[in-house]
Amino acid sequence: MSIDTSSAPVAGRRLFGRVSSAFTSPKYGPVLVTLVLLIAVFAIGGSRYRGFVSGPVILNLFVDNAYLIVLAVGMTFVILTGGIDLSVGAVLALSTMIAASLLQSGWSASVVIPLILVLTSVLGLLVGLMIHVFKIQPFIATLAAMFLARGLCYVISKDSISITDPVFVSLAQTRISLGGRMSITASVVIALLVVLVAFLVLHYSRLGRTVYAIGGGEQSGMLMGLPVARTKVLVYVISGFCSGLAGVLFTFYTLSGYSLTAVGTELDAIAAVVIGGTLLTGGYGFVLGSVLGVLVLGTIQTIITFEGTLSSWWTRIFIGGLLLVFIVLQKVLTARRR
Amino acid sequence: MNGQVPVVEMTNISISFPGVKALDEVSFRMFPGEVHSLLGENGAGKSTLIKALTGVYQIDSGPTDSGEILLAGSRVSFAGPAQAQNAGISTVYQEVNLLGNLSVAENIMLGREPRRFGGIDWRATRRRALELLGGLHLDIDPGSLLGSHSLAVQQLVAIARAIDVHAKVLILDEPTSSLDADEVAELFRVIRELKAEGVAILFVSHFLDQVYEISDRLTVLRNGKLVGEYRTDEILRLDLVQKMIGKELAILDALERRIVEPGGGEGDEVPLLAARALGRKGSIAPVDLRVYTGEVVGLAGLLGSGRTELARILSGIDRPDSGELVIDGTPHRFRTPRSALARGVAYSSENRRAEGIVEDLTVRDNIVLALQADRGWFHPISRKRRDELAVSYIQALNIRPANPDAIVRNLSGGNQQKVLLARWLAVAPRLLILDEPTRGIDVGAKAEIQKLVVNLAENGMSVLFISAELEEVLRLSSRIAIMRDRRLVADIVNDDLTVDSLLAIIADGELTAVAR
Repeated sequence: MSIDTSSAPVAGRRLFGRVSSAFTSPKYGPVLVTLVLLIAVFAIGGSRYRGFVSGPVILNLFVDNAYLIVLAVGMTFVILTGGIDLSVGAVLALSTMIAASLLQSGWSASVVIPLILVLTSVLGLLVGLMIHVFKIQPFIATLAAMFLARGLCYVISKDSISITDPVFVSLAQTRISLGGRMSITASVVIALLVVLVAFLVLHYSRLGRTVYAIGGGEQSGMLMGLPVARTKVLVYVISGFCSGLAGVLFTFYTLSGYSLTAVGTELDAIAAVVIGGTLLTGGYGFVLGSVLGVLVLGTIQTIITFEGTLSSWWTRIFIGGLLLVFIVLQKVLTARRR
Repeated sequence: MNGQVPVVEMTNISISFPGVKALDEVSFRMFPGEVHSLLGENGAGKSTLIKALTGVYQIDSGPTDSGEILLAGSRVSFAGPAQAQNAGISTVYQEVNLLGNLSVAENIMLGREPRRFGGIDWRATRRRALELLGGLHLDIDPGSLLGSHSLAVQQLVAIARAIDVHAKVLILDEPTSSLDADEVAELFRVIRELKAEGVAILFVSHFLDQVYEISDRLTVLRNGKLVGEYRTDEILRLDLVQKMIGKELAILDALERRIVEPGGGEGDEVPLLAARALGRKGSIAPVDLRVYTGEVVGLAGLLGSGRTELARILSGIDRPDSGELVIDGTPHRFRTPRSALARGVAYSSENRRAEGIVEDLTVRDNIVLALQADRGWFHPISRKRRDELAVSYIQALNIRPANPDAIVRNLSGGNQQKVLLARWLAVAPRLLILDEPTRGIDVGAKAEIQKLVVNLAENGMSVLFISAELEEVLRLSSRIAIMRDRRLVADIVNDDLTVDSLLAIIADGELTAVAR
């Protein structure tokens, strides 16, 4: 990996060696590629449209995608263990429905929000136990949870319920000014807090390291005496909690609950995580990468909005292409290291 | 050493898996400050015993499992590997059971990282890892990914991890299989240091030289049973090999020695299969071997000597990277087992469950599987023909229960083996490579399979018969090829060979008095 020559261009070559080694490492490579991609997408947007690279546009990226960041954080935990959670979109929709209907019947927002977080965490716990105790494939177990959550939405109401609760509305609409025309919502602050906590948990706690260990080799982790079973269940609880929280943030964003909302959002979350450099087979990836992934998706969407004439479905086509490229990239990087 | 309290004492351990008695009333003990080797062929129960000690298997979980484990005199029962580790038993498993996606430091410290402010203190973690690596004279960056290092380094990292647990008992399961001579010497230095500190070390290796070099005492297992415990300096190598491989007793003598006269070999007849300097890097050294039509060639050698590796190359599973394979006088290159089958070479794996039978299918489906695959899926074998095939093989091989619809999972080991044999016989190969066809099955079935091999050869089929049991190799083969340390060391006509002369070759690797 490192080349030792004792002549002048050593420093330059060593730097180049380190950079190229970082880019081809299965750990850092995909994340660095995503970062470069994000900058490139921004540069493309900036070169085509005046005012694209500006504070408000960048901040709006966070405002519009706060819920997706939270979803992607939960999904990162799950995918790092080598699992998958297909239920997050439906659970998000269920959260919006519970929020809207309970607020409509006069419950206080300070009760409703914690209740949603507890309920979705419990749902995650059930999914995790199903996967662990009955050895069901995560794909199947979370697919079942997805149908269950989506079905429950319709049980609550078939129609869209709008939210008028004053506390809730003020929480949703309060803008935190950052000076000038720039401001963010409470959702952004919450989403960034979630990212920070997730980062600390993943990198500075035994729980987090066990998550990586499970992705690297569940059997090995078990033989090393790590609490594999408990952690495997816990990642689905975390994902459930994040889905609930994302649901609350989404409700802030739309101020309504609707059964058909967020169909396919689980796939956006998975796409963001994968584009953010997390290996679908688990073990490699960073939560900050997932945030970058969300921002890439958001930026592409913004470009297409700026373009005006393109159908929004072009976003999906770009995401599809990107996903393909990233999955191939991951394969190549991991194959080289084996 | 007697009079001392054993640090580990396992008494009358029995563990069964469906259809297999993995351990049968095995007792085992270790004293502080000794290196104790655990020896036995594949399937002897070494791994099961280790896993019982390290808490991977719980002895009290099954109805047929029994026994007790005493640790420094007090009874223990581990619910999992973590508990065993906390009790001071740490293990380096045969395959490196570490995590390639994490750093070297983490692999050493995972689960017991020093903490600071409620979080992992990465600096202290690295420092501690560096100390432990230094103790092993391993000069690598603790921050580097484990997966980027060679297997040998990974193995040493695993040992560094095991040492850090402040182990009272250190289990090293085949720690040297991926190390070169210098690394082995380094490892032995570490083992001796630990021994001097009073750690009891359980050493498992199929390299007898290493066993004799490092261990004080040894315990031999065979077919899940305890053969005995010996002091290393009191048992001759020859006796040891004999105890590991075992002798079949009178029951098999009913089948007298019936060697089929080889169809060729003396004259200039073209061999059915000839390997010329056939080798594969990292697997076996180049091998010359000929098999003539209608002869049984025995392939003997200890576990890990390269028997299966050779068979895999001959049958197209692994590709050779040197030499050539000649069938009927023309060179062939097998890319897959399918292309070997097309030339009439079939391989019946030693790994019956994983690579042989399909446990969830019926006896009938298992028997017709290879034939159907050979014909292609667009030419299905009719139901009537399948029934005929199944019934005829069930009768011919005396498969019990005699029910084509029985699920193979529920058959005994011996009957599963017969089903597997029937599958290969159904495609009528010209050379059948049988890898340990009689391992782990009862004596009756064993005799039947041996009889069958003789009959097949009489009917013109060639058989390459791989077995660790020398009696049966001697009883069946017209010629015996012997492998040792991944090279073919002898190829002898079987006329006045005895178990002892074969053992001498296997143990010492040289043709001595029996050369021919």
